[in-house]
Amino acid sequence: MAEAKIKTPLFHIAKRDPASMKWYTGVIVRAVAVVAALIVSGVLIMLLADINPLEVYSSMFDGVFGTERRIWNTLQDLAILLCISLAVTPAFKMRFWNCGAEGQVLIGGLATISVMFFLGDVLPYPVLILVMIVASIAAGIIWAVIPAIFKAIWNTNETLFTLMMNYVAIQIVAWFLKMFVKSGSGVLGSMPEYGLPVVGGKQFLLNIIIVAVLTAVSFIYLKYSKQGYEISVVGESENTAKYIGIGVKKVIIRTLIVSGAICGIAGLLIVGGTNHTISTTAVAGRGFTAIMVSWLAKFNPLTMVLTTFIVVFLDRGAQQISTAFGVPSSISDIITGIMLLFIIGCEFFLRYKIVFTKHAKEVA
Amino acid sequence: MKKLLALLLALAMIFSLAACGGSDKDATVDGNKDTAASDIKVGFICLHDEKSTYDLNFLNGVDEVKETLGLKDSQVIVKTNVPEGDECYQAAADLVDQGCDVIFANSFGHEDFMIKAAKEFTDVQFCHATGTKAHTEKLANYHNAFASIYEGRYLAGVAAGLKLKAMIDAGEITAKEAKMGYVGAFTYAEVISGYTSFYLGAKSIVPEVTMDVQFTGSWYDAVEEKNAAEALIARDCVLISQHADSMGAPSACEAAKIPNVSYNGSTKDACPNTYIVSSRINWAPYYKYMIECVMNGEEIATDWTGGIKEGSVVLTEINDKAAAEGTAAKLEEVKKGLTDGTVNVFDTANFTVGGKAVAADHKADVDTDAAYEADTAVVEDGIFKESKFRSAPYFDLRIDGITLLNEKF
Repeated sequence: MAEAKIKTPLFHIAKRDPASMKWYTGVIVRAVAVVAALIVSGVLIMLLADINPLEVYSSMFDGVFGTERRIWNTLQDLAILLCISLAVTPAFKMRFWNCGAEGQVLIGGLATISVMFFLGDVLPYPVLILVMIVASIAAGIIWAVIPAIFKAIWNTNETLFTLMMNYVAIQIVAWFLKMFVKSGSGVLGSMPEYGLPVVGGKQFLLNIIIVAVLTAVSFIYLKYSKQGYEISVVGESENTAKYIGIGVKKVIIRTLIVSGAICGIAGLLIVGGTNHTISTTAVAGRGFTAIMVSWLAKFNPLTMVLTTFIVVFLDRGAQQISTAFGVPSSISDIITGIMLLFIIGCEFFLRYKIVFTKHAKEVA
Repeated sequence: MKKLLALLLALAMIFSLAACGGSDKDATVDGNKDTAASDIKVGFICLHDEKSTYDLNFLNGVDEVKETLGLKDSQVIVKTNVPEGDECYQAAADLVDQGCDVIFANSFGHEDFMIKAAKEFTDVQFCHATGTKAHTEKLANYHNAFASIYEGRYLAGVAAGLKLKAMIDAGEITAKEAKMGYVGAFTYAEVISGYTSFYLGAKSIVPEVTMDVQFTGSWYDAVEEKNAAEALIARDCVLISQHADSMGAPSACEAAKIPNVSYNGSTKDACPNTYIVSSRINWAPYYKYMIECVMNGEEIATDWTGGIKEGSVVLTEINDKAAAEGTAAKLEEVKKGLTDGTVNVFDTANFTVGGKAVAADHKADVDTDAAYEADTAVVEDGIFKESKFRSAPYFDLRIDGITLLNEKF
């Protein structure tokens, strides 16, 4: 009888049991990921740009926190990205793949600027602000609820639908800009006089406060409200939801109304609270970055503050790298790419573990 | 909660590592006036980075001026990828924090945010390329700049006219078939001024010449520009030029063996058989001017228009393989005429609008306001004075001989 030669692999991958996971496992895995990211990108920086990596990291830190203005800018970027991330979260938690935040925010911004443009000198200021708020939220809702209705009634593919709605929104903004600006330059002048009020003499304070409140409300809504619970159930299993008597269609539409409303608010903050003008690129891809931020935080609004911060830190840090060292922005993009890859990639090692095969000798 | 803690710890690690480096970069310096060359600090704000030909042209100018004025790396801060929103104001303010004495922004949509910064930081100079508002804002520290690129286009048009004439003389086309094609970005004064001067340059050589213009609706869209060029070639245009930033039109011309007059720089390497000549704006002379003004404590002009004399408008190399014989000599002659004032691009004697001569009291929309109405008389001594009342172009007449196939705003 020839002994069957079984080639045992060096290691295999096994699922972790969340219950038996030690509290420090998560810390260690993430710390290793960050250190590895720093080492790998450090080596690349030295090879590609011939700069001392420590100087690069300190310059990132400087770009994010270096001056009072930079801290405010960081908080502002954090507030806007967090707001859009909060907006996509209810939909994603429900497994409704809303890739249309970009367009929903943009259309909310368009509603805001239209009110400012057409009614700015007609309405008294407090009424104007009220109309801006209502218009932006309504526009965001409309843009989000159209694919939701199609999904609920005809079960259309929401990923494609919401994605396409982005392009429609961009074209509508381009069309409005053509109407606003008759010189043909396509650039609408800034109208700060009709913008949201400045609170406490700090330009971004109002934006930050609004998003802070939204974060708390979102957390409570998703975690403690009945509607939040329904979202989780529909997300886990539509059949279970139907079985226990949850109106799935109703939940889908209602959740996208919430999602769209927050996108509308994000549009209001970008246009009414910050730029006081609009362009087709006003959202600048944050509708998509928000998906990553939300996912990385496992749809928990409080964790999202931190994941948003990581993204904003890397983004602002990268800008500072290319400014401070005069290197092409592609180099700083590579650095942020590596860091994100490691940070996201380490999630794998939190769910699975590598088990090294013990050598056969012991079996004998 | 555990995960939150984990994330916090991970972040703490990043920061503790980062903090080791020590940050003595860009320490703030008080911006005092009468700055000597050794301690002047200049900030640049660019919409995109070197990957865009438009921004690359500005960035090359930065390198050039650094060399001519002997500025150190630490004296020049360049911020790229700054959007046309509040981010531009924030970038400008951050440059002020870092001690910049003069700050330059390169994109049209940056203007309002530069003005916002100029109002707040009155002891710092703000300069903006392509903008239109300096002459109406009347701020002591906010300035617009452009170049009389229409003169460069006119010269490029002369080169095109010579090529057409050579084709007619060789019997390849008749004078009636001398139709050029032009790929434009938007139906906007800067583009209108550009294609009209190009056309007038060609017309000065071949009086019968006509031109079709196709707009793409984008400053950079390689596919659309290629399609537009191909459509123009299909309409029997025998020579193509363009005002858009991609290689779409030149490469379509090379493929179809149609001569091309380029923009923003030589395309000879990619189009060795069809590239004739190209005009471009060199920003280094303006940079030098604004920096020297600040160093000497002089005022920067509210509107500055650099021409051929200043070196702001330049023609790139002539490709002997595609250009007509004697092009270089003729261009030298016309260039001399443009600089000494004997040749005027928009001389109203040379063109008509709707069959009629341009009125002596013709007005153009020079002031940027909500009215979008013609507000300034721009014709003096029978010449449409482009870039005189503000640096950015405002010529917007639809002259005879040019057919617009579409319009894109």
